Amino acid sequence: MKLALGPVLYYWDRDTMLGFYAAMADAPVDIVYMGETVCSRRHLLRLQDYLDMAERLVAAGKEVVISTQTLIESEYDVKTLRKIAENENFKVEANDMGAVRLLANKMPFVAGSTLNVYNPQTLDLLAGLGAMRWVVPVEMSQQALASIQDHRQPNIETEVLAYGRLPLAFSARCFTARRHNLQKDDCQFKCLDYADGLTLKTREGQPFLTLNGIQTQSALVHNLIGELDALQSTGVDVVRISPQAHHTGEILHLFRECMEQRLSSAQALSRLEGLMPAAPCNGYWYGKPGLDFIRNAQPAAAANPVAASNAL
Amino acid sequence: MQPDKIELVCPAGSLPALKTAIDSGADCVYMGFRDDTNARNFTGLNFDLANAKEGVRYAHAKGKKVLLALNTYPQADGWQRWTAAIDNAAELGMDAVILADPGLMQYAVKTHPGLRLHLSVQGSATNYEAINFYHEMFGIQRAVVPRVLALAQVEQLMAGTKVEIELFGFGGLCVMVEGRCALSSYATGESPNTCGVCSPPKAVRWQKTTTGLESRLNGILIDRYGAEENAGYPTLCKGRFDVDGETYYAIEEPTSLNTLELLPELLRMGIAAIKIEGRQRSPAYVGQVTKVWRQAIDSCLRDAKNFVVKPSWMAELGKVSEGQQHTLGAYYRPWK
Repeated sequence: MKLALGPVLYYWDRDTMLGFYAAMADAPVDIVYMGETVCSRRHLLRLQDYLDMAERLVAAGKEVVISTQTLIESEYDVKTLRKIAENENFKVEANDMGAVRLLANKMPFVAGSTLNVYNPQTLDLLAGLGAMRWVVPVEMSQQALASIQDHRQPNIETEVLAYGRLPLAFSARCFTARRHNLQKDDCQFKCLDYADGLTLKTREGQPFLTLNGIQTQSALVHNLIGELDALQSTGVDVVRISPQAHHTGEILHLFRECMEQRLSSAQALSRLEGLMPAAPCNGYWYGKPGLDFIRNAQPAAAANPVAASNAL
Repeated sequence: MQPDKIELVCPAGSLPALKTAIDSGADCVYMGFRDDTNARNFTGLNFDLANAKEGVRYAHAKGKKVLLALNTYPQADGWQRWTAAIDNAAELGMDAVILADPGLMQYAVKTHPGLRLHLSVQGSATNYEAINFYHEMFGIQRAVVPRVLALAQVEQLMAGTKVEIELFGFGGLCVMVEGRCALSSYATGESPNTCGVCSPPKAVRWQKTTTGLESRLNGILIDRYGAEENAGYPTLCKGRFDVDGETYYAIEEPTSLNTLELLPELLRMGIAAIKIEGRQRSPAYVGQVTKVWRQAIDSCLRDAKNFVVKPSWMAELGKVSEGQQHTLGAYYRPWK
């Protein structure tokens, strides 16, 4: 399996972004997705900045994919989409069917998770249009994925989000601006203040969701480090890590160590617990509510199972 | 030139609701079969084949149309359930099927080339490139646009496509882009895309406590009501939550979409159809809402320039609105 870094879903300042991607050149990651996927008002980096950073990452041996915005509302959004689709150097992750129309039969593309591929027929159709990889919808269980994989054509790779807060919903309304009683058109770029999003809790204090501008994420951190063997046996080719404000490099290291069997998943999970901005969840993989957490971290074959379970 | 027609598309969750809608002035009704092939998969709702047949007969006898919503995403292990529904739609003489899944559209085109296809709101098409994709690939003739665009954006979208546009005019308001919301499955395991439900009734619990009446969804506290407050259904995006020390409707208030006052504008733009939400609601709701909208549309078609929303219409609609509140939603840009 290959290890991928998803696009930064939050709004970080320019220097932070440049530093983050400079560091990724040395990170143990095979594929880097980059680009603004959430909100067109986030303008501190332009497309050209992403393309420049992408070139440096390619020079460092990474596969780079430019990700498109998920909610395309305005003519401005369509123009940006067209510019990305017309770039000649990088593959594109299409996160809306509008992007698919612009890329189909022109260049190979990645079918993003919001394209809603839930069956082999739709997957075949996208593969026929040039999709070389598809990203599984966040809510899909292992069982549902397995029944698609059974019918998958050999010319398309499968990618699963394995770590990070789950992008659950998109709206025209900006919930971060709403928290500050601002309208979206005058949001004062409040997202810059929340490098990992803004936690929404129930009235009894349970962290439930994360507000990230027009995107709503899980409050808990989706984490499939304990399911790497199952991912592999389900024919998954790529696992994706979603960036967070701190420790992304260490998290990539832990996944890499675990994928190369140098670390048991139990050990990796226990180290990850100190690096996550919130508690873990993985319910979707088991066909349960996404916020559930089933503790299934298996010790590596060489490790002592008793010691591993004690470590948990 | 101003179009002389705008279709009124009304919800039919049952045969009585269908007949009420037709008798109250609907041009068109939409329905679903009794399973997870549609996005209102609730117990006791929707149509078996016999009821669907009678519904189509009733509507067609009065010169009205019937659309079938097959707008969930076929799950891999249940594919035949969705294709069988397409076959049944063609057999029953449905005037169109409302689809979201490209694989299913391809099946429909290949198997029943004469069947008219509409792109469901669950297809999340918010721009003309996306709509044109479905048009070129599958010949969809109408698209239902998610409730997230401002009217100016809808107009821009229409300039880029020849596909007919249908907009939501009244009823429950999805704040999120339809087809791209997994909040319900995150909390309960079931979502519109996978199971045809949002915030499913079986996950709802009401509890009286010393601090008030609590509504919970799979144990998650969605809201708590004081003695003087009206309690609403715990749709999870319409609860009160705590963000950074403030408790408020963090996503949306319990409120209904109502675009009655936009009618002249919708007519001028050339919107093909206005959709009323609410297949899960009673025949009485369907009748009340359909009558008001019929009167309003007829009044607007007669004289759009001097169209005024009658207070009696708003009062009627207010009675059946969620939380007795109305909003123009995203059509009015500052809502965002």
